[in-house]
Amino acid sequence: MNDKTLYDKLWDSHVVRQDADGTALIYIDRQLVHEVTSPQAFEGLKLAGRKPWRTASMLAVPDHNVPTTNRAAGIADPISRLQVETLDANCAEFGIVEFKMGDIRQGVVHVMGPEQGATLPGMTVVCGDSHTSTHGAFAALAHGIGTSEVEHVMATQCLVAKKSKAMLVKVEGALGRGVTAKDIALAVIGKIGTAGGTGYAIEFAGSAIRGLSMEGRMTLCNMAIEAGARAGMVAVDDTTIEYVQGRPFAPQGENWDKAVAYWKTLHSDTGAKFDATVELDAAQIKPQVTWGTSPEMVTDINGRVPDPASAPDAVKRGDWERALQYMGLQANTPISEIKVDKVFIGSCTNARIEDMREAAAVAKGKKVAANVKLAMVVPGSGLVKAQAEKEGLDKIFIDAGFEWRDPGCSMCLAMNDDRLEPGERCASTSNRNFEGRQGQGSRTHLVSPAMAAAAAIAGHFVDVSKS
Amino acid sequence: MRKFNLLDGLVVPLDRANVDTDAIIPKQFLKSIKRSGFGPNAFDEWRYLDHGEPGMDNSKRPLNPDFVLNQSRYQGAQVLLARENFGCGSSREHAPWALEDYGFQVIIAPSFADIFFNNCFKNGLLPIKLDAAIVDGLFKSVAANEGYKLKVDLERQVITTPDGKQIAFEVDAFRKHCLLNGLDDIGLTLQHVEDIKGFEAKHRAAQPWLYA
Repeated sequence: MNDKTLYDKLWDSHVVRQDADGTALIYIDRQLVHEVTSPQAFEGLKLAGRKPWRTASMLAVPDHNVPTTNRAAGIADPISRLQVETLDANCAEFGIVEFKMGDIRQGVVHVMGPEQGATLPGMTVVCGDSHTSTHGAFAALAHGIGTSEVEHVMATQCLVAKKSKAMLVKVEGALGRGVTAKDIALAVIGKIGTAGGTGYAIEFAGSAIRGLSMEGRMTLCNMAIEAGARAGMVAVDDTTIEYVQGRPFAPQGENWDKAVAYWKTLHSDTGAKFDATVELDAAQIKPQVTWGTSPEMVTDINGRVPDPASAPDAVKRGDWERALQYMGLQANTPISEIKVDKVFIGSCTNARIEDMREAAAVAKGKKVAANVKLAMVVPGSGLVKAQAEKEGLDKIFIDAGFEWRDPGCSMCLAMNDDRLEPGERCASTSNRNFEGRQGQGSRTHLVSPAMAAAAAIAGHFVDVSKS
Repeated sequence: MRKFNLLDGLVVPLDRANVDTDAIIPKQFLKSIKRSGFGPNAFDEWRYLDHGEPGMDNSKRPLNPDFVLNQSRYQGAQVLLARENFGCGSSREHAPWALEDYGFQVIIAPSFADIFFNNCFKNGLLPIKLDAAIVDGLFKSVAANEGYKLKVDLERQVITTPDGKQIAFEVDAFRKHCLLNGLDDIGLTLQHVEDIKGFEAKHRAAQPWLYA
């Protein structure tokens, strides 16, 4: 009777108060801060004469605007520079820990947080960024919020929220060769659609999920928002605990033992009820490639660009037609015949050390194809970069003709100088293929790191499971 | 925050699903450290024929005549009629800031993305979910009738069409209260300071490592 979902447990342990209509105040354990969605929140706080409730719960990093080359020269764009300087000044004023651009710990906020152990199981984590769902990989309740809510959490340590419904996405079986967490994420979105998870918190479970590393789980939870769910999560197991142990912000000594004992309770009870359940067979998932302007416009590497005439309804037909026109694709074109102009390996979805290793394994001893104008690898943090260099991955990439850059959000959203020119087609390990996302007129195909590296080498999409 | 109660507003139809917040306000405008002035760049890539950057004089830029917001019959629109999953993608609150600054007060769609939906209420914008069939009917009515307006009554939770038909809508009681009175949440939450401190003390005792 009292069996709870993981989401129930995380929610219940953070309710400060709840009104009869279900509107609750939820206590927030960790707020991550970056330069784009925080300046107006800090300004609002100051205008109201307020101070952050608990600065120790906050951790800041500039990532969206930072350059990925020639960092010593600083940020050339004065507007971008001002935004980063504003973050620096706000953090200094309020005593918030910030990893600045020159710090080796600097990186994409959703790579940096877990890497530092700043994301722990059982926490509530927020950030003014939709990909905060990433942190749910640690059995944390983590989701993106708007800037007004950033200010609200700063001022009150709480969020006004209503409980979501719970969805279970169960993936059983073994993943095929070359098939990764990214492919699971895209396959789930292909199945339920970009609004399929709206109103839900998703728990990913099943043997295929338990078999994923923490990096893979982060990739999967990161993309929960692309399925419409603000939060994605995975139960705690030994993989989680091993990842967290020894990280700078992780508990130590007696606290560690206490924490682990609690963390081991962070899973759904056997009789827990979900409002919806989706099941996938891991063995059936092939390497995925998006063909359109929404992550749900996806097929596998053996598929073809669909024909709008076969769309299920008139609204979808219109969307598909617009997408094909924007993407410069003909219906029924085999995915493997689509050539790419650029390749981007990076982002909060796929810029962790495992992603670097997977891409490097494909690129090793090969050369980027002549038709590919730029293939770039942007590690998720300074520490990921250092680790990759220690393993010699940078040399593999550079020898193959990839550019090896400094960490940041980079071409995932193209707020810095890393962007596509109008009409350019990119194999990208990021999370959104929206119109204009990687630059005005940009054409994005979302893939895994291995698939992106393979596309860079071949000049077009190829099936990594067959290489 | 501006109060919202009654609106009798011109409706503009944006007939596509999954309109994302990157489309509502492209990333280059997110470099601003202000929360105002985004209206002229709402839907920038669809609205203008050139590439927009911060600091441009938008009144001198070439407009895309095919984009619905640029058509003369929809000038001054305050109600945005949209399709499924409106506001998906990035959590950027710059999207509701841009829509509000443009002049919208109400957005009607069959469904909204969660974060965007939430952000609207913080900015005096009322997002209304209606059945897809009703929304479809409104698209047809707007197309057929130039100057089509809807009366939106938040207190009564009713939309009235020009021919007097009434459409009821749902809105969360707390959010309605805040919108009607122009209240921002922080002041309201700080009325519960003792609850928060009480929770924090218990939480700290149970999970001391979170405070180490």
